Amino acid sequence: MGGEVNLATLTERVKLERSRAGSPPFVLDISIQVPIGITILFGPSGAGKSTVLDCIAGLVRPDSGRITVGEKVLFDSESGVNCPTQARRIAYVFQTLALFPHMTAEENVAFGLDALPREQRSTRAEEILKAFRVDKLRGRKPAEISGGERQRIALARSLVTQPRVLLLDEPLTGLDAHLKATIVDDLRAWNATQRIPILYVTHSREEVNALGERMIAMDHGRVVGEGTPMEILEAPRRTRLAQAAGFENLLTGIVVDLREADGVMRMRFSDSVCEMEVPLGYAAPGDRVRVAIRAGDILLATSQPHGLSARNVIEGRIVALETRGTLIRARVDCGVEFIVHLTPGAARTLELAAGVRVWLVLKTHSCHFVEE
Amino acid sequence: MDALLLSLRLALCVSAILLAGGLPLAYWLAYSNWRGKFLLEAVVALPLVLPPTVLGFYVLLAMGSRGPLGKLWQTFFGHGLAFTFEGLVFASVLYSLPFAVQPLIVSFESVDRKLLDAAAVLGAGRRKTFWRVILPLSIPGVVTALVLSFAHTMGEFGVVLMVGGNLAGVTRTVSIDIYDRVQSLEYADANRMALVLLAISFSVLSVVYGVNRQVGRQINRRLWTPWAAK
Repeated sequence: MGGEVNLATLTERVKLERSRAGSPPFVLDISIQVPIGITILFGPSGAGKSTVLDCIAGLVRPDSGRITVGEKVLFDSESGVNCPTQARRIAYVFQTLALFPHMTAEENVAFGLDALPREQRSTRAEEILKAFRVDKLRGRKPAEISGGERQRIALARSLVTQPRVLLLDEPLTGLDAHLKATIVDDLRAWNATQRIPILYVTHSREEVNALGERMIAMDHGRVVGEGTPMEILEAPRRTRLAQAAGFENLLTGIVVDLREADGVMRMRFSDSVCEMEVPLGYAAPGDRVRVAIRAGDILLATSQPHGLSARNVIEGRIVALETRGTLIRARVDCGVEFIVHLTPGAARTLELAAGVRVWLVLKTHSCHFVEE
Repeated sequence: MDALLLSLRLALCVSAILLAGGLPLAYWLAYSNWRGKFLLEAVVALPLVLPPTVLGFYVLLAMGSRGPLGKLWQTFFGHGLAFTFEGLVFASVLYSLPFAVQPLIVSFESVDRKLLDAAAVLGAGRRKTFWRVILPLSIPGVVTALVLSFAHTMGEFGVVLMVGGNLAGVTRTVSIDIYDRVQSLEYADANRMALVLLAISFSVLSVVYGVNRQVGRQINRRLWTPWAAK
């Protein structure tokens, strides 16, 4: 015997191909297992994350494959099983939440409870509204309820039916970090007793860090990594994944020489004389390598800095400054173009503008290799 | 006054039938993925562009004693369909069909698909989704459909003349009555009737535009476009 038999695990193995006018067909081909607890499904938009959820919920029919929750087969192309959406008992919280606008919070929550007698229905609705701390809003319609509380009601509505699995498609987008954290805490508390698999889709790195736990990374309709967020995000293996994980700078270059004693090597960027020191990798002089650098990891100085531990000081000129919400995105031409993120305050103090001469400061270990 | 009551009775019957038949038809037209759907859409919209005399002519042929509908009616009820109130109802239902179905389609289609997905995920079948989600969110469209079919039937002339003839108390509607009176130079009576009809039409349309500004705007764009092209 031995080993843990987890009856509630969601398994999904599906293939699906969709032709799209004017672009190559989208192919989804994945095999995943979601144990009890929160599993994050992470990847850039267009990776196929929502399609994975739609297949599990039965809103999209895969070309082939098998989807099970514990013993229950929801879909099996070989035996021809295709359980209809309304019989799957899969809770699904959409990004738009899709609360029924003409119903009160309580009516929304009770919608899935028609099978129960009336008194039980309202008791159950009230219980779950309490568990998600929105029982005071039960008589209000979605339009009269604020963001955050709407998310709580959507969660309550989908969980009140005692589902086998919970699917969350970026449900907390647009909420501030604190609000997100409290909602996730309530969700965890709820799942401590219910113990079902929860698949949480997001493309936000910040959410991944907040949720921690297990994560499946997807790209181009395939699984490209599984493990903890630390393992996957700190060592991105694919170019597209690196971009998704917040690397604004992806640079290709040639290895100039290796300094094994120092644990570094020098590389020269393609089409430029600009050189940089990067961590030692499995490469030989003359090899092409690709490095990813976060825009937030680069320091910017208006006079040439001295006495730094950072090994890379590169001279350049600002091409443009763009305001992106609460940060400034500076494009700096150093022979190759770098993207640097600054706060508006820093940009003001340094009197940055297009054309200003600047020096970029980069730590060796801020340079991450990515596969080509 | 008989003529006005008859028109009201006709309009009420027609609106009720169109609502009952229009809901499933519009549901199907809004949600079906059938490829040939456009053909049915064209058929439904035909009365918008067809001269009432053409529509009336075909309906009359079908309802005549040798027409398929006429024969069928004869077998079941023992009398013909042409020049009867029932015949008039049938013709008017066809004539006002787009006025009931188009607003319903527009409002069904404007229901967010995610809400339908959400209902399915919460265990609702099609029937429950329709009654609890789609229909309540389409109330403005339903009101518009009802009011427009009522008003359109109140004001129809050509089809009634072709199909119903001019039998007092049976098929003589307001519009026929007005025409009659003008022909016999009873201008004062014609004027009174015309004013009543104008007042009814105006108040009915004010209700439509007032009650559902938002939906009304969409529907009118869609409804009036074929006319503008004509």
